[in-house]
Amino acid sequence: MLTNKRLILAHFWLAFIVFGAALVLGAWQMFVRSPLNAWHFNPEFYYRSVTAHGSAMGYVFPTLVAMGFGYAITESALEKPLIGRRWAWAGFFLVAIGAVVAMIPVSLGLASVLYTFYPPMVGNPFYYIGVVMVVVGSWIWVALMSINMAIWKRENPDKPVPLAMFANVAGSYLWGWTAVGAALEIIFQILPVALGLRSTIDAGLARVFFSWTLHAIVYFWLIPTYIAYYTIFPRAIGGRLYSDAMARISFILFVVVAMPIGVHHLFADPQVGAGFKFMHSVFTGLVALPTLLTVFTICASAEIASRLRGGHGAFGWITALPWQNPIMLATALSLVMLGFGGAGGLINMSYQLDASIHNTQWITGHFHLIFGGAIVIMYFAIAYDLWPHLTGRALESFGLMRTQLWLWFIGMIVTTFPWHYVGILGMPRRMAFYDYANPAISPQAFSVVMSAVGGFILLLSGALFLTVLIRGQWADNSEAGSYRFAIPLHMPARIPAALNSFGLWLALMIGLTVVNYGYPIAQLMVLKETNVPAVYVGAGR
Amino acid sequence: MTAEADHGIGEAVAARVERRWATLSIVIVGLLVGMATYIGIHQATMPQGHVETADPATLHLSGEFVESNLGSAVEADGSVTVRAIGQQYSFTPQCVVVPSDTPVKLRATSADVVHGLLIEGTNINTMLVPGYVSDLPVRFKAPGDHVMPCQEFCGIGHQGMWGKVKVVDKPAFAKLAAAKRRLTCVD
Repeated sequence: MLTNKRLILAHFWLAFIVFGAALVLGAWQMFVRSPLNAWHFNPEFYYRSVTAHGSAMGYVFPTLVAMGFGYAITESALEKPLIGRRWAWAGFFLVAIGAVVAMIPVSLGLASVLYTFYPPMVGNPFYYIGVVMVVVGSWIWVALMSINMAIWKRENPDKPVPLAMFANVAGSYLWGWTAVGAALEIIFQILPVALGLRSTIDAGLARVFFSWTLHAIVYFWLIPTYIAYYTIFPRAIGGRLYSDAMARISFILFVVVAMPIGVHHLFADPQVGAGFKFMHSVFTGLVALPTLLTVFTICASAEIASRLRGGHGAFGWITALPWQNPIMLATALSLVMLGFGGAGGLINMSYQLDASIHNTQWITGHFHLIFGGAIVIMYFAIAYDLWPHLTGRALESFGLMRTQLWLWFIGMIVTTFPWHYVGILGMPRRMAFYDYANPAISPQAFSVVMSAVGGFILLLSGALFLTVLIRGQWADNSEAGSYRFAIPLHMPARIPAALNSFGLWLALMIGLTVVNYGYPIAQLMVLKETNVPAVYVGAGR
Repeated sequence: MTAEADHGIGEAVAARVERRWATLSIVIVGLLVGMATYIGIHQATMPQGHVETADPATLHLSGEFVESNLGSAVEADGSVTVRAIGQQYSFTPQCVVVPSDTPVKLRATSADVVHGLLIEGTNINTMLVPGYVSDLPVRFKAPGDHVMPCQEFCGIGHQGMWGKVKVVDKPAFAKLAAAKRRLTCVD
């Protein structure tokens, strides 16, 4: 029962418009830094573009998808209208206005600091204010998800919270808490300097705060994808979800162990000691668990669907899956990319192996494969699945959808595999261009061209995706029925309170963050001599 | 057998298979963490133990990072200490010379914004954060030349920040070291 269709559509459309614009920038970056571009250009444009691409793809696009999908889940899983509709619109406009406020100084070249901020470089204050507005807008969503679940539980004391809503609320709590790290960094460290109230800043402390956000934000991006795996995919291919309880455990594990691991981004940094780096490395290993559990459950769910369709044999059932179905295809391609990206992640989690690839193109390849690949391809699937229910018009171009999904998969592999390779060779990331005439760098030139070709394929796929949605707006009216989620194979007779509420898990989330971050943060706050002069960036400074 | 009993058996099987997989997952993760721990302890490849500071505003005035002290220094025990700083958009020294097959201690910091350095063809890789000293033990197996790019975005000249490392064999390095207190390959 979707009543606030305009609200949900507004979130998705803005998300995909931002995505399209950032995708164009990404493809341009791939081209200018490659040997295909023989012309000199102003490197500042490159860093301006990276700042816009990263901020749009990292902060605005996935946040809007999570919010829009979250409202859709609330109304359809709880089977009642969203409580707090006006607040939801306020959150939407905060995100939209914040995105514009942030992008103006970036476009003018006044805040080319990249989306990771990296003080002591400090840009125009409106860039940071815009980012804070985006985050505050999303916090309204966090509060609304929590309130809607609490009221529904009071009205339905004997029923378990539907899995989709439980996972959605898990994602919102995860985001609410992980955004605190970057918020502290911006509000207490960067903004006072950007506004001219202070002239020094502790760059090491800022990096520690940012790492608190930087890793778990990936799980915030991931949660809508996992919700789609568990609650859309089995239904869409005509099967059942293998296990409801294991799904809840996976989402709970994300909430608990996604935060106290961010220092693995700082393995090569001097401001955190070896002990805490080790702690965070171990916890990073733990966060692989929910993904391993998910891969099993989703593959088992696919097998159920296949056998219901007459599939047989130890592996023969794979051929009996409904491969014509875009949701089937998207999920399979997503899992393949998750497998490669996850394997890369397990390499990154150890200090010893990380030293070989830290801040090389390997890292760029890794997170594009996980986020741009495994996660975003499921955002497409969510849109394809949900669209007819939002617009009341059928999406009929299945062939175009499959082409789009295949192109996205191929483009992502062609982009990221060469990136991984040159990363192992030691090619640093985030450079506007390379001296391919240098004999030490020239062997990497071919791989950079390959990556650029992949970027163009991705651009084509993105254009096809928007085409499918736009064509859908002009299709004939058709009644899509109520929006439903997958049913578990064995409906549990009752669900333990621990798998139906968050109190204990939130306490653990906050407690573990304090244990793993408390000392490193306190130590750096006590060290006064590490406040260093800010370096202002941007034209005219 | 009734349908309900059938359902109960199916559920038990499903739960058992699931538990096996969960156990296997835990074993996999435990193994990986164990491997990293073992290598860390037995091959001493662990990050620097504690936090050291250096004020970028006075680096050039006093302390170990004054310009005359940068470069490679031979210690009493025969090991070598390399001191370097990164600044927008170069390293000092821009070319580091070190002996092969010798314990080398690399100590570096930043004079302005966050930089990093990695030495291609090796696993030497560290951040340079202003206010803090990076300290890592390294060892070069064989003579040869390596490029040493800055690996962290440090401003609009970042793409031009490439240093060099020249690894020479031990006798050649000893000859160089006899003539000068601090060695680089730029002079």
